[in-house]
Amino acid sequence: MLKQLEGSVAIAETVAYCRPEVVCAYPITPQTHIVEGVGALVKSGVLSNCEFINVESEFAALSVAIGASAAGARAYTATASQGLLFMAEAVYNAAGLGLPIVMTIGNRAIGAPINIWNDHSDSMALKDAGWIQLFAESNQEAVDLHIQAFRLAEELSCPVMVCVDGFILTHAYERIDVPTQEEVDAFLPPFEPVQVLDPTEPYSIGAMVGPEAFTEVRYLGHQKQLQALHLIPEIAKVFQDVFGRETGGLVHPYRTENAETMIVALGSINGTIKDVVDAMRESGTAIGSIGVCSFRPFPLEALAKALDGAKRVIVVEKSLAPGLGGMLTSDVRMSLLRQAIPVHTVIAGLGGRPVTGVSLTAAFELAVNDQLEDVHFLDLDHAAIEHEVERSRLTRKSGPTAENILRRLGSGV
Amino acid sequence: MTQLQKTSFKASDYRSDNTPIWCPGCGDFHVLLSITKALVELGTAPENVAVVSGIGCSSRIPAYTNCYGFHGVHGRSLPLGAGLKVARPDLTVMVMSGDGDGFSIGGNHFLHACRRNVDMTYVVMDNRVYGMTKGQPSPTTEPDWDSALSPGGTGLSPFHPLVIALASGANFVAREFSGDIKGTTRTLVEAVRHPGFSFVEILSPCVTFRPDERAWKTQIHAAPVEATDDPARAARRIMTDDGFNVGVLYRGNRKPYNTHVKDTAGDPAILEEEFEI
Ligand SMILES: Cc1ncc(C[n+]2csc(CCOP(=O)(O)OP(=O)(O)O)c2C)c(N)n1
Ligand code: SF4
Repeated sequence: MLKQLEGSVAIAETVAYCRPEVVCAYPITPQTHIVEGVGALVKSGVLSNCEFINVESEFAALSVAIGASAAGARAYTATASQGLLFMAEAVYNAAGLGLPIVMTIGNRAIGAPINIWNDHSDSMALKDAGWIQLFAESNQEAVDLHIQAFRLAEELSCPVMVCVDGFILTHAYERIDVPTQEEVDAFLPPFEPVQVLDPTEPYSIGAMVGPEAFTEVRYLGHQKQLQALHLIPEIAKVFQDVFGRETGGLVHPYRTENAETMIVALGSINGTIKDVVDAMRESGTAIGSIGVCSFRPFPLEALAKALDGAKRVIVVEKSLAPGLGGMLTSDVRMSLLRQAIPVHTVIAGLGGRPVTGVSLTAAFELAVNDQLEDVHFLDLDHAAIEHEVERSRLTRKSGPTAENILRRLGSGV
Repeated sequence: MTQLQKTSFKASDYRSDNTPIWCPGCGDFHVLLSITKALVELGTAPENVAVVSGIGCSSRIPAYTNCYGFHGVHGRSLPLGAGLKVARPDLTVMVMSGDGDGFSIGGNHFLHACRRNVDMTYVVMDNRVYGMTKGQPSPTTEPDWDSALSPGGTGLSPFHPLVIALASGANFVAREFSGDIKGTTRTLVEAVRHPGFSFVEILSPCVTFRPDERAWKTQIHAAPVEATDDPARAARRIMTDDGFNVGVLYRGNRKPYNTHVKDTAGDPAILEEEFEI
């Protein structure tokens, strides 16, 4: 049903229609509205047969979900930023145990310096924990991906993160087609756990595994991700049959026909990128873009195919591997192992810095003219950097960097 | 330089230029005032005081002081403070926290900080809610307090920080109300002077998400009996009181944690060493 809703509220409603039996959460901006929304639906009775637990930390939240899932319940939680990092140990644990938990990430930067705004540093920090990571481009996709995520998680016995850009999506009011309970029920069957508490066969999970079998267990986790590469498009297809919408899948190519310049990115920034692609196409540049929806598993083949024939690739990233550049870039390069296409990184939108079409256009034009650096920081304040470097060179005990940069900006020096 | 030689201070010497962004009427304003007044009485120069916090409205306090401030991550203020104190035993360390920061996500550290008994003062501005994330229940919230994140209330029995502090080995335990600036100041001075780990719970209303807490000022009363040095007796009293008696409730005699880091701050020879070429 079409509704004008805040992204978080739409996600909450959708999650409720997925009938989780245990929901556990600790609040953190910008995730709070999502879990509060689910709580309100538990209270109003829309979501019945659900234990909603307010826990003392994120570590507890995911640990509760792990316990519930191990006992055969459909479990859901959500977090962001510091909260995701705080639960890191449990994140690996859930994947290692093959528990089909679904977790929303309201993507937000990681401190220090503390910052509540959007970037992808949080989920990137846990990209290789063995979870599936799906990135939503819009709130409609965020809603749809949650329904698909439960099915995917349960078919594969693998936890899934649905990554939703904090504020940009979580707090935006949009026209969203929120499915009805009946529609979700038609797509998502009741959870049939592979792991149940069977009184005829009680057993312990979480065994210590030594060098004799650890690699094999890890290999099976790897294989599961490879399996997901097939399952994700299949589930997206079934979803389309039921809901009449094309969402999810591995990658979203946009105007890629004969494109010499290709942009690759994750999440909501693809909206701005598409606008830029339209404008540059209009003025005669052969440019197209690819939104990566499934970041884990990484669609190496699908991407290699979609990028085939391009002269250059620009990866726009909302996270940074210091000293290296981009994390998505490394994966894109991996997909191009057999194609000699230069790949540039544009680091953009860190800590919520707005990414404008104007700045992106400038960067893409540099690339078209073969003038873009390998790693380019969009809208970097070079004067601030130089000032800080010089100050710390001159001052023996130069003090905290972030505070000094802020002080300088505040004083307008 | 002049500040280094100063021996007497005004409350304003401990305040930075940053304007607090707390909601008008928030109890934390009073806590800030009491802290500065207590420091005046203690006569410790601002640069000899470290104010350490986690994350929350209450945890913004270091930025509003002129002391050495440290705004850590959510829930970790106590180990941060302990690290600072053992590295620089000469500093007066005040760890400032909220009931969420200190008792939820940082709850484990609370137990062990009491046990460790490092000489520092732990102030928790308890408003029985997470203010910063806009109104979710904390461990000290009443079980029937309804919110979106606790549909119909948590149904859980509240955490009793003072008793837990006693049971875990804190050496000084007090409760205050933010609106009682005189009483809070007096207790903070004593808490800082008392050796070992001093815990002061300050009831500090969140007027925005717990407007009912405005009534606290009418419910507060002085503790009916003198503080004791017997933890069992103190615990019994605290467990059976109405939660609103304020003042020092326990003064212990446990030996504080002994730090082995050489105290370099006051030793000119060691300071000069650093500048030798
Ligand atoms: C790991 C982590 N989880 C969650 C948060 C979000 N968060 C910030 S402050 C806070 C609770 C604050 O409550 P309290 O300590 O009682 O302080 P108050 O704001 O009420 O003064 C939460 C949950 C965070 N910053 N980091
Ligand atoms: S939300 Fe509550 S605790 Fe935070 S500043 Fe406002 S009144 Fe104070």
